[in-house]
Amino acid sequence: MSFLALLRKELRAYFVSPLVYVVAAVFYALTGFFFYTQLVYFVQYGFGLNILGNFWVAFLAGAPYSVSMVLLLVVPLLTMRLLAEERKLGTIELLLTYPLRDGTIVAAKFAACTVILALLLAGTLAYPAFLAASQPVPWQPILASYLGLLLLGVSFTACGLFVSSLTESQVVAAVGTLGLLLLLWAVSWNEAATTPAVLRAAARLAMFDHFEPFAKGVVDAGDLAYFVAVSAFFAFLTLRVLEARHWWGRR
Amino acid sequence: MIAVEHLTKEFGRTVAVRDVSFHADDGEAIGLLGPNGSGKTTVMRTLAGYFPPTAGRVSVDGIDVGRDALRARQRVGYLPENAVWYPDMRVRQFLEFCADVRGLRGAARRACLTAALDGCGLADVQQRLIGHLSKGYRQRVGIAQAVLHEPAVLILDEPTVGLDPRQVVEIRQLIRELRGRTTVLLSTHILSEVSSVCDRVVIINRGRVVAENSAAALALEQQRGERTLLRVDGPAAPVAAALRALPGVERVEVEPGGAGAACLTVTTTRGEPKPGTLAATIVARGWALLELRPLSLSLEDLYVRLVTPSDDPPAA
Repeated sequence: MSFLALLRKELRAYFVSPLVYVVAAVFYALTGFFFYTQLVYFVQYGFGLNILGNFWVAFLAGAPYSVSMVLLLVVPLLTMRLLAEERKLGTIELLLTYPLRDGTIVAAKFAACTVILALLLAGTLAYPAFLAASQPVPWQPILASYLGLLLLGVSFTACGLFVSSLTESQVVAAVGTLGLLLLLWAVSWNEAATTPAVLRAAARLAMFDHFEPFAKGVVDAGDLAYFVAVSAFFAFLTLRVLEARHWWGRR
Repeated sequence: MIAVEHLTKEFGRTVAVRDVSFHADDGEAIGLLGPNGSGKTTVMRTLAGYFPPTAGRVSVDGIDVGRDALRARQRVGYLPENAVWYPDMRVRQFLEFCADVRGLRGAARRACLTAALDGCGLADVQQRLIGHLSKGYRQRVGIAQAVLHEPAVLILDEPTVGLDPRQVVEIRQLIRELRGRTTVLLSTHILSEVSSVCDRVVIINRGRVVAENSAAALALEQQRGERTLLRVDGPAAPVAAALRALPGVERVEVEPGGAGAACLTVTTTRGEPKPGTLAATIVARGWALLELRPLSLSLEDLYVRLVTPSDDPPAA
C-alpha cells in the first residue's frame, strides 16, 4: 500500500540522518536534568504535601522545567524537513505526480513524525520506572499525562508540518514553528494585558491549558477534542498549501 | 497517446499557457521546443497531473487528466526538471520506493525493477547512494523512475540539461530506445536534440504554439541555412565582389578578423547558389579556400522562419 511505502520512506529518512539522534540526545539530557533537579527540589521543599504527586505534575507539565516544554523545543526540529526538504530537492513534484492523494502524502509524513515522537516519549517512561523501584508511583495520572503529552506532541507536529509546507528552507520552518508554538503556549500568560473575556478565549486556544488536566489525571473529552481539532486544522491548512500549486505558479 | 486540446493555464493574472493544442499517437516521440519561460514546463506538469488546466482538456491514454488525475498519473512516467532525488537513498532503494508507491508487487515489481535498472544502465550502481552519483547517472535514476511501471506516456522535462556532451549522447540513446514502446513527450530548448530523438516537434513561445512540424522537416529547415561562412586566402574586397556577382547571392558581408585571410558571410536565397558553386568561384580566381561552413539557424531564426507566412508553409 502506498501509504505504508511513504511511511517507511519517511521513517528511514529520520533514521539515516544524524539529526534525530542529536534531537534524542538533547531531549533525554534536558528531561533527565529536569527530572533530577525537580525531584531534589520537591523532596527538599515539598512541605510534606503529596510530594510525589506534585512532582509528577511539575515534571511532566509544569513549564518551563518539564517534559512538555522540551517537547515544544524539539518538535520543530523533527518537523522542519518534512515538506521543506521535498520542496528544496524538487521531489515534491515527483510525489505529487505519482498516483497518490495529497492527503496520503501528508498523512504519511504526519504519522512518521508521530512515531518518532512516541518513541522519544516512551523512553522517558524510564524516569517513573526508576522511581518505582524505591517509591510508590501514581501510575494512573502518569499514564494520563503521557496520553496528554502524546496529544500535545501530535498537535505540535501538525503545526510544524504546516509551517514546513510553506517554505523550502528547513531553518525557516524550524524557527517559524518554534515561534508559533511559543505563541500558542504564551497566549494565556498575561492577565494584566488582556480583559477577562479575551483571557478566557486565549485560555481556550492555549495548548498547555488543555494539557494540564491530563497531568492531573483528568482525561476530559473537551481537551481531547481540542487536540484533535488543532491537529485536523493544521493538517487541513497543509493540504490547502499543497493545493496552492493549482493556482500559484511555483513549486 | 497524448491529447492536448485548447489548454490554458493561468496563475493569478499570469497566463502561462494559452490555447495550446497538439497530440501524439501511440509510440510517437514529440519534442516540445521553446526558449526558457515559454510554458513548456507548465504544459508538461499539466499532462503529468501536477495541476489541473484552467481551461481546455488534457488527456493521456484516453484519460482526462483534469478529471481523473490519479488514474491518469498511473499511465504516466514523469521526469521533472532539475529535481534531485533523495540523496541519502540508494539507487535500488529509491526505485523500490517508487515501485511500492505505484502499487507494484511480487513478480511484476521484481521484473520492473530489473528492467528499469538494466534499461537505464544502473545495474552496477544500484547500491550506491544517489547523492554520490554523477549528474548523468542521477538523470538516469530519474528516467528509471519514470519508466519503472512501463507507462503508456513518458514525459521528460529537459532531460539533458546540465549534462556533459558524452552524457547527453547516452541519455538521448536511452530515449531513442524507449521510443516506439511508449509515447514520449520531451521538452528542450536545443534544436539538435529534437531532430535526433523526436518524430515531430511542437514549437511553443510565450505560452502559445507557434509551429508544429515533423522533426525531419525541421532538421532540413535548419540545415538549409541560407547563410554560409567562407574564409578565403585573398583580398577581401575583390573576393566579396566576385561572390556578389553570382546569381542568387543576396548579400555578402566582410567579417572582421580572419587572421590574414578574408572572412565573409554570404546570404543566399532559396538555396542557390550551392556551396559547391561558391567554392568553385573562389578557386577559379586563384584564391585558396580555407573554410566553407553553412551557418545553422538559431532557434530564434527558426521561429521567425516558421511563423513568417511568406516562407513556404511547413508541412504539418
